[in-house]
Amino acid sequence: MGTFHHDKGDLHGITVVVDTAGPRVYVGRCDTMDDDRIVLLDADLHEDGEQGRSKADYVRRAAMVGVWKKLDRVVVPMSEVASVRRLSEAG
Amino acid sequence: MPYDPMLVQPMRAELTRLGIKELTTPQAVDSFMAEQSGTAMIIVNSVCGCAAGNARPAVTLALQQATNAPDRIATVFAGQDVEATARARGYFSDFPPSSPSMVLFKDGEIVHFLPRHRIESRDAMGIAQELATVFQKHCAPARAA
Repeated sequence: MGTFHHDKGDLHGITVVVDTAGPRVYVGRCDTMDDDRIVLLDADLHEDGEQGRSKADYVRRAAMVGVWKKLDRVVVPMSEVASVRRLSEAG
Repeated sequence: MPYDPMLVQPMRAELTRLGIKELTTPQAVDSFMAEQSGTAMIIVNSVCGCAAGNARPAVTLALQQATNAPDRIATVFAGQDVEATARARGYFSDFPPSSPSMVLFKDGEIVHFLPRHRIESRDAMGIAQELATVFQKHCAPARAA
């Protein structure tokens, strides 16, 4: 069975890690991404050092089991984004 | 808003035609999970073609190819059978909700969890290979049909 989704780009529907130049990293399902922003659904975010875990520690853990969503939808301006990668490739 | 059940039915059938038991109520989930001996797998099915579109064929391939298989396999449908899915997730609540996903129990303990993000980036053959490896490790030889 195929998908009902419209073409929203290669990462549409894929769980991604959006790292920022600052202390914050997001993990969520990519809805859309363009030159201006990336929109994540069912997303979690982590601040470097939160609960004693670095961003890298958090991403490693997320790559193993997934994330508990804190946000139904979050929009991250591309001006804040340092990198976007698939969570499955982030472990 | 849930998808039209008519549109979802073929996605259910991709699994039920394999003999996989569909659990549509919390009571059915509890009944399935009450038997703890041996191996049991729950598949959280979903509409999303990005991941579930490969997950369902992967289950078919794995069951066709693996010499070993879970003693019991059941499925709940996320976003459709909401209460049954919530009850099922209660049995693997240490893991974040993820759909589609698959969890294998052995004697009531979780021995493998395959979340959505490790399904969505792979083709059906790759997912099937992981399942077959897991079945080989944890499950008994499949009974002849």
